[in-house]
Amino acid sequence: MEINTDILIIGAGGAGMYAALAGAREGASVLLIDKNMVGRGGATVMAQMTVAVAIGHQEPDNWEMHFSDTVKSGHGICNEELTKLLCVNGPERIMEMDSWKVGWAQKDGTILQVSAPGHSRKRCVYVDFLNTGPALASTLRKQVKREEKIRTISNLVITDILVDEGRAVGAIGMNIVTAKPVALSCKAVILTTGGLSKLYTRNSGSANMGGDGYALALRAGAELTDMEFVQFFPIAHLAPRLVGMDPIMWDPFRYKLGGRLLNGDFEEFVDRYGSKDQGIYRVPRDLASYAILKEVEAGRGSTHGGAYLDFQHVSEAELRNAFGPVIDRLLANGIDLTQMPIEVAPMAHYQMGGVRIKKSMQTCIDGLYAAGEVAGGVNGANRLSGNAITEALVFGELAGRLGARKILGKAIQNSAQHFTNLATVHMEKLKSLTSRSQSRGTPTVSAIQQRLKQIMNEHVGPLRNATGLKTALETIQELRQEVLPKLSLSKLHPFNMDIQDWLELRNMLATAEMVAQSALLRNESRGAHQREDFPAQDPKWEKNQVVSLERNKLTIRSEPVVRLTT
Amino acid sequence: MTNTKDKIRSHTSEKRVAEIHIRRGGPSDAPHFDIFQVPRKETMSVLDALIWIRQHLDSSVSIRYSCINANACKECGALVNGTATYLCTARVGDDPIKLEPLPKSPLIRDLVTDILPSNEHPPIE
Repeated sequence: MEINTDILIIGAGGAGMYAALAGAREGASVLLIDKNMVGRGGATVMAQMTVAVAIGHQEPDNWEMHFSDTVKSGHGICNEELTKLLCVNGPERIMEMDSWKVGWAQKDGTILQVSAPGHSRKRCVYVDFLNTGPALASTLRKQVKREEKIRTISNLVITDILVDEGRAVGAIGMNIVTAKPVALSCKAVILTTGGLSKLYTRNSGSANMGGDGYALALRAGAELTDMEFVQFFPIAHLAPRLVGMDPIMWDPFRYKLGGRLLNGDFEEFVDRYGSKDQGIYRVPRDLASYAILKEVEAGRGSTHGGAYLDFQHVSEAELRNAFGPVIDRLLANGIDLTQMPIEVAPMAHYQMGGVRIKKSMQTCIDGLYAAGEVAGGVNGANRLSGNAITEALVFGELAGRLGARKILGKAIQNSAQHFTNLATVHMEKLKSLTSRSQSRGTPTVSAIQQRLKQIMNEHVGPLRNATGLKTALETIQELRQEVLPKLSLSKLHPFNMDIQDWLELRNMLATAEMVAQSALLRNESRGAHQREDFPAQDPKWEKNQVVSLERNKLTIRSEPVVRLTT
Repeated sequence: MTNTKDKIRSHTSEKRVAEIHIRRGGPSDAPHFDIFQVPRKETMSVLDALIWIRQHLDSSVSIRYSCINANACKECGALVNGTATYLCTARVGDDPIKLEPLPKSPLIRDLVTDILPSNEHPPIE
């Protein structure tokens, strides 16, 4: 089975859908695929709030101020050319979403904007109530459906990108229902696969965010950057158990209502770590995560090993005014905010690093692009809250538009023979994997995934040291080299999740190794990367690490930070 | 609760155990249920239980989900004790739970049905 298209887009969250729309607007034929369902998986649909953009509806603002806040939060290592693109193009994307009736919260004809930590202006737009991500996803899905030049396919997982003579020419996919391989031929590939939060036991992403795009890019010969910087969301829900709701929902609660962050002794503590809380949400994410973990380490954690977040001083009327039906959903979970504090703790949330791209969104491989969370550089060592969705929309649009312009009107001739040869090699590999399926075995692939997640949580989380990182690397390498090739898969049947899990585990291990190896080399603490054995930020490390695969071996070098030249 | 004689598969010494009955197989298979015992945690969702079963007892159980118990992706619809709902919002309680695929969409296998829009299917050879 072979399909042809101008642009192949892998991953149909916010960045992927916007890339598809932008590519089609330029006249390219687009194939937009997702291993789950188009517009339902990934991080976009999980985002409850907010989107940072300098539209200045509530107070004067401009891209320069947004840029300055973002670079400051990135601790000196943002790719400033990319950061400028984010801040300059943000307003246009947000207003286009408005014209598509996404439903930004408004008052008196202006779009409401709220403050968020690290932003010097009221800059963050949202959709009530806690509905930003779902509203964005469904709005984009509607636009995608209306566009005749876009074909969407769900339940197709990409296993490898095909590169011929330094140029991306297609990909190999697997039909998840039948486990049969599919060859996809194209002139440009855009990676919009999202992040790697699934590498950690406690995470806020979707279950399909196992770092597929990082591993696909690495195997295709592309470079990655800043892989050591994994953002932990500081006040993610810990206890009591909350189901059917996003674990990072306390963020919007703090934006709107304040709330007091307290340690196990019910004292405010963030001021001990160089910031202020005082019931106003302004402490940046990296510092808040650090402070909570240090309190727990000192024996001053909450019952379940985190911190308390207390809204008992807020009246029920205020709660209902701010969050309407959400208050009832909390009560159904047994949580009455007027009577009890809840417990929060850091949770893997967002990967700052990722595929290394130029201003054109292209990687070092001709015709291979990356956009959204899978791309690295724009956020440096710590991402400002609200910049992720802006990044998805802005860079998705750029990748689709610039990718289409580069190929349209040009005579790009893929060698059919080369393509067939390349595709055959990968399809045979996939067939040999599926033919291995035989019986139930132990351990299961998902149990090995769980083991990897525990290792990552324990040793490659927000607080790291050389000993732990080396332990993690040894385990990762053992799992990759010894365990992965021998894992048994359940016998071939429709919708075989063992095969899906195996393909994902292969990518998770490749990605985990990049994160751990980069973290081990960076002998300093900066932003989201905190080394207990190197607690200070070191000016010599004001640079980016770049990961690539050389002769099948992970290689890491340093590059100077890309600065804005004015 | 079910009329099958499948042996109960269990892997737990926990005192509080939840019993999950899952309708297995594809459209051409005779209907049968497998019964699993899962250590019961406070406020456990049915999706939590299924993930545990796949990890510890039988990884061949097919389910469809994409987000993490957040009721955001809306992919995990199924019949829980005869009522159509989402596996991530349904809770595990004291009584056994019977899980079946949604009856109105074509069955693929186990609890997975074809809920894709008609023009969005992956290619079949």
